[in-house]
Amino acid sequence: MSEPILMKGNEAIAEAAIRAGCRFFAGYPITPQNELPEYMSRRMPEVGGVFLQAESEVAAINMLYGASGAGARCLTSSSSPGISLKQEGISYMCGAELPAVIINIVRGGPGLGNIQPAQSDYFQATRGGGHGDYRTVVYGPASLQEMVELVMEAFDVADRYRNPVMVLGDGILGQMMEPVVFADDQVREPQPKPWATTGARGRERRVLSSIYLEPEDLDHHNWKLEAKYEQMRQKEARYELVQMEDAELCLVAYGTTARICRTALEKARSAGLKVGMIRPITLWPFPVKAFGEAGANLRAYLVVEMSTGQMVEDVRLAVNGARPVAFYGKTGGAVMLPQQVVDALQDLAAREGVGR
Amino acid sequence: MKKIFARPRSLKDTLMHYCPGCTHGIAHRLIAEVMDELDIRERTVGVAPVGCSVFAYNYFDCDFQQAAHGRAPAVATGIKRVQPDCIVFAYQGDGDLASIGTAEIIHAAARRENITVIFINNAIYGMTGGQMAPTTLPGQATTTSPGGRDVENKGYPIRVSELMATLEGAAYVARVSLHNPAGIARARRAVLQAFRYQLEGKGFSLVEMVSTCPTNWGLSPLAALKWLEEHMLPAYPLGVFKDIQGGGQG
Repeated sequence: MSEPILMKGNEAIAEAAIRAGCRFFAGYPITPQNELPEYMSRRMPEVGGVFLQAESEVAAINMLYGASGAGARCLTSSSSPGISLKQEGISYMCGAELPAVIINIVRGGPGLGNIQPAQSDYFQATRGGGHGDYRTVVYGPASLQEMVELVMEAFDVADRYRNPVMVLGDGILGQMMEPVVFADDQVREPQPKPWATTGARGRERRVLSSIYLEPEDLDHHNWKLEAKYEQMRQKEARYELVQMEDAELCLVAYGTTARICRTALEKARSAGLKVGMIRPITLWPFPVKAFGEAGANLRAYLVVEMSTGQMVEDVRLAVNGARPVAFYGKTGGAVMLPQQVVDALQDLAAREGVGR
Repeated sequence: MKKIFARPRSLKDTLMHYCPGCTHGIAHRLIAEVMDELDIRERTVGVAPVGCSVFAYNYFDCDFQQAAHGRAPAVATGIKRVQPDCIVFAYQGDGDLASIGTAEIIHAAARRENITVIFINNAIYGMTGGQMAPTTLPGQATTTSPGGRDVENKGYPIRVSELMATLEGAAYVARVSLHNPAGIARARRAVLQAFRYQLEGKGFSLVEMVSTCPTNWGLSPLAALKWLEEHMLPAYPLGVFKDIQGGGQG
């Protein structure tokens, strides 16, 4: 086991990718993720990899299309407005079944918004901001240690399904420093890619494409992709349950917000409220199963996000009317305080007659 | 009996979907002949654009990737950087390269990407049914310039080769024409030179091929060749616009 290293989030992601065998990075400057490409520009040459500062986010994701198709483990990173520009390429990569890892260090929107932390790209990440029937696994880590582990795993998951994987951070996770440990056994061996376009030496030529002009062909292709997405739903959903055994109120939060909620949970318990938390680790597939495990004591959910309410829609789908689902949110980098979450919990308790 | 003419090994034995009289078939054949001559079929990766040549991968017997509209140079960049021993070429039309993909082509050349781009300029959008292209000539009627391209509000055509030749990363830029046998012979030499430069690691190479679109021009194949000669060649002069080995206009 390696020693803990104190790293900034954006740099920890880059190092995790290198250790996962990533040898191609293309990106474009945008705050608050700039330390990631900057780190890659130093580190990639040391491992014989490629760093490219692209002319645009559009070019960067299409460089990944080519590089992934040529067999490399690839990464691109950006922040919200830049991820909007990458949607075209993500759709094409899903269509052509090309793996890659895409980091979104989410900032405030819509439009130029600001450079403060936000979670308002949840819809874009989990519903696919691009066109067509496609899905990507989306991770929402809550600490730097979890982030490096999920980034490394993301490369395996991407290769396994031949599909892009997204990691949704935010301005806080990208900018803050925490100790991280890179376990030696986390180093990945490159897997053979018998579909990559590497030159048809002594074999049949290979074609990577997302066009199927015949209706029956595209229908067949889309259902083949859907079968893959169903495998992801069955196998990749992940979550953490916090003090749910006796909970009457359940917080639902991911990423940075889940850390704030963890503190709020303790404060609320000190004040006599029996609060638990479901922390989705995968945002897609959404961990629906966690909601089916709710105890008999549970009365209501409070979803907390740095948005005006996006994941709350998935929670309502998962709960399916069985219990009330309330929401508390802050946007634009106005990060909620634990006490504000406690206040929202107390309001909910009063409305639902909990603790009386 | 001695065989004196045959399908190049690098072309697949299949029917093409292109319209009668379209010059895509000639362009494909020239590239395939050069791949044969340089013996690079087994290390070549092509990149197909969006447009009539979206199915180019059906015709070349080499590895291929199909790119999003205008992004072929970015896709080719990714392939070449990961597989530097591969010979990577992108095949793009005028809407793909000179409109939606202007940023990608300019920056691929500026970065000195060691790739080859074949640029088909027929002054119109073919696959979508004959709309105005960035290379449509002043006065030329299209489905989106029905009264003819009016430069007062639709602007002027882009001369891609002249533009690309200003970039230091471009090693070889030539404009050729596919309207007669002499032009086709010169086009073949240009394609050969462009691929040779890539083999020698000299940097970015581009061959612009002035081409026809009889269907969307509303002309017979022969009349289209004549229209090309009379209208396109004055607007798009032929020649080598950049050659880092000392060549120039000519």
